[in-house]
Amino acid sequence: MFNIFLDDAAALVVVLPLLISAIIAFMPSKIWPWIISLVTLVLHLVLSLHLLKEISISGLIIYEFGNWEPPWGISFKIDGVNIGLQLLFSIFVLVSTFYSRKIFLSEIDSRDSGKAYSLWLLAIGSLNGIILTNDIFNLFVFLEISALASISLIALGAGQNRKALLAAFNYLIIGAIGATFYVIGVGFAYAMTGTLNMNDLVIQLAQYSDGQLAIFAGMSFMLIGLMVKAAIFPVHIWLPPAYSYAPSAVSTLLAALATKTILYFFVRLLYEVFIIYPSYLSLFLDFVLYPLSLLAIFIGTLIAIYQDDIKKLLAFSSIAQIGYITLAFSLKDHSGITSGFIHIFNHALIKGGLFMAVGYFAILYKDRVTLNSLRGFGYKYPITSFALLICGLSLIGLPLTNGFISKLYLFQALYTNQMYFSIALVAVSSALAVAYFWKIVEQMWFSEIKFKSEKEDAYIYLPIWIITVSIIFFGIYSSPIIEFSNLSADYLISGYQN
Amino acid sequence: MSNSFLIILGIITPLFAALFSYICRYNNNLRDSFGIIGGLVTFLISLKIFHGIQNNEIFQITFFTLFDGVDFTFKVSPLGSIFSLVASSLWILASIYTIGYMRGAGEKNQTRFVIFYSIAIHAALAIAWSGNLLVLFIFYEILTFSTFPLVGHKQNAESQSAGRLYLSILVGTSLIFFLPAIFWIWLETGTLDFQDGGILINQFPAEYLSLLIAMLVFGIGKAAIMPIHRWLPAAMVAPTPVSALLHAVAVVKAGVFSFLVVIVYIVGPEFLLQTKSSDWLVWLACFTIMASSIIAITKDDLKTRLAYSTISQLSYIILGAALASSLALKGASFHIITHALAKITLFFCAGAIYVTAHIKKVSELKGMGFKLPLIFFAYTLGALSIIGVPPFIGSWSKFYLIMGSIEREFIIVAIILGISSLLNIYYLLQPVVIGFTKNSIREVKLTKAPLTVWPPVITGLSCLIFFFYANYFLNNVSGVIVS
Repeated sequence: MFNIFLDDAAALVVVLPLLISAIIAFMPSKIWPWIISLVTLVLHLVLSLHLLKEISISGLIIYEFGNWEPPWGISFKIDGVNIGLQLLFSIFVLVSTFYSRKIFLSEIDSRDSGKAYSLWLLAIGSLNGIILTNDIFNLFVFLEISALASISLIALGAGQNRKALLAAFNYLIIGAIGATFYVIGVGFAYAMTGTLNMNDLVIQLAQYSDGQLAIFAGMSFMLIGLMVKAAIFPVHIWLPPAYSYAPSAVSTLLAALATKTILYFFVRLLYEVFIIYPSYLSLFLDFVLYPLSLLAIFIGTLIAIYQDDIKKLLAFSSIAQIGYITLAFSLKDHSGITSGFIHIFNHALIKGGLFMAVGYFAILYKDRVTLNSLRGFGYKYPITSFALLICGLSLIGLPLTNGFISKLYLFQALYTNQMYFSIALVAVSSALAVAYFWKIVEQMWFSEIKFKSEKEDAYIYLPIWIITVSIIFFGIYSSPIIEFSNLSADYLISGYQN
Repeated sequence: MSNSFLIILGIITPLFAALFSYICRYNNNLRDSFGIIGGLVTFLISLKIFHGIQNNEIFQITFFTLFDGVDFTFKVSPLGSIFSLVASSLWILASIYTIGYMRGAGEKNQTRFVIFYSIAIHAALAIAWSGNLLVLFIFYEILTFSTFPLVGHKQNAESQSAGRLYLSILVGTSLIFFLPAIFWIWLETGTLDFQDGGILINQFPAEYLSLLIAMLVFGIGKAAIMPIHRWLPAAMVAPTPVSALLHAVAVVKAGVFSFLVVIVYIVGPEFLLQTKSSDWLVWLACFTIMASSIIAITKDDLKTRLAYSTISQLSYIILGAALASSLALKGASFHIITHALAKITLFFCAGAIYVTAHIKKVSELKGMGFKLPLIFFAYTLGALSIIGVPPFIGSWSKFYLIMGSIEREFIIVAIILGISSLLNIYYLLQPVVIGFTKNSIREVKLTKAPLTVWPPVITGLSCLIFFFYANYFLNNVSGVIVS
């Protein structure tokens, strides 16, 4: 019986959370929605592991919905590019769901628990869909579901701070603009080729090998739409308020995974589909993505230094970190794509851990966490504070943490591409990261105020420490992440060379 | 005991000292004794390793692989054995001194102080015994972070801003220059291991070697070459035991040691001599020597004056490394020992004067020499050693450095070293002269703090005694150069 279940694993990782989300939406209980979500996500992890096993045997899974063959039906594709991300996604949502219960309970009305977890699973299912889908219109659908779910989740923060409503509204409008751009692009592509399936799209586009203005326009629309969604500088403005006014558990999920999945699709679109127009691609990468990445790194870091609100600080740091990832992806070679994927993995862990720790502080402090409010927290809540310290050191990129591995491979990629200016910029901005992170450390441990240590909640610090330990683990034993990233790059680059 | 076990034991002993100090934090005497015990244990281990190195034994241990071609490994080099011996032996005296000083001056948060003090020593020993450049870098950063709480110990506005300056300069330069330089070396050669004769020759483009050297010397901010020296005078807001052991021995020596190691075991003196890529650095070091000596003259605060003197003396070592001839390297390596002994004496004395007479400024020292004869005696010994007067140990290293500059035909450098000695005489002996001026003796209430008096006397006398046993160290030092 279980085998039937496993045969459809590729669909179920997306469908299961979506289905369960409908079931728990109107559940009045405080705890059952959480337990059901947790069980769902354990199953989700089992399914992901099963997919990993399948991939290690066959190398490629195309799942056809309703047995409609692509290009007519919708299909999911799982291969070396996304299996690593799928696994990380599965593990991280499980850990953050475990973490989320007490955080939700203290930040939102407990009667809304069912609704919150319903939206939570909706966001998880749709984000997972973004990772797996092989259909450009289907992607739009998942983008919209995930955006609406995230926006509602962000708006739940209004109980704490009314500004959450404004942040959610901002995200709604800007996100809708991004999605519109994307769907216009899809419309262009469909008008020219009559297909929405990505593999078929490549074949159909080949007939316009000399390029057509309509195709280029469509591609540009799609890319700009995705850039808005992935918060690539300068169309990132929805992100900092959204991350910082959302309930803490929600910020954790969004910061770690939401932009990462879209970045993943973005790079797949670039290197699997648009690659058939190399001149267009290199125009986009060299003159749009590359300079924007550098600006993102530099400006994101500088703004982060002047933030007083910790969640905002972390959000602006995310803008800079997304800049590192897109910088790596703009390099057009194996080393660049590898290092981009490595940083997607590592940064998801780092930012996830940081937002988890700060989220816990937020409910302990019962107000927005600013620099001042952290005074003496290092003594008051030593367990969580120490986790925050390690995550922060990893964000700076010190050796023995996974952030260092990211930096190492990014340097290597930049060096092989002889981009010395970017190397200098990355080095300087990683040193500037010390400036904003150390402000936090100083307040936590070196202010005059002293507290006796207080009891911390194991249900909350346990998941935080799972992430923290994994940060150190992958800093010392980095080969799993590097191998998955290599695999992703192998698959994408093989398309590049054909 | 096996050799690899010795290394592990030596590195973790300071951590255990920190741990036990924390456990026994409510019993002051017990808490502070762990510094002394830890110092004794690490000193014995360092001594055994030092002798082992003399007998060509190999001390190496590898834990795990960090990434291609780079392991987390410790391997003691002759140079490292010297540095660890200096750091651990002076840790014993500094621990005794710390007890006298911290209690005499009534400092708060003494437990935190002892803990981070031990962690800093741990980092310094790990730097000394690191087997490749990345391991060295890791502990270099740990050393910076662990000394931050010590610099900002008083937690007032002044020490907080000093702490920020300290951290931002040291971490900033290491992340902007040092780490990219390490990556660069790894990308060109595929390894970061320390090897006799260096790893860069025939692997690294010679025309970019000057750039690499610049990235290294400015990236290793702890070596305090101008213009990256501002953190050292700023760090003087820390309690004197920190200035004495860390900012005259462990931290700054870790800086110049790192640079020396890079020159000797990564770049390779031969490669450097072929390409002459470090000749520009000779002049920068000379500039630092002169400029900081002149600044030192203008400083009335005794500790600040000593800090500038340290900057100038550190550049002696950088100068020796930049010259890269065998005599100059010998002098530079030996200068790590001689300057450590002498400078810790001077800082001990400055702190002892502060604790007993509450005087910080040179101009206020009038007549104090008669009241604190032992302290002034020790101070004079240390000062003479730094100036380089025989029969003090400092004269050896200065002798080798001058010989080295003549060997490389940098006659002007030899002259600058001479002038610098004259300046040393002026600004180091001036406090002594003022101290023994008879007129207008001020009435000062003296506090007794015997534990702060004897350590400088011991180190001061050893400056004198070890002059005659210099060969004991020089054997290991020449091991650096031979290959």
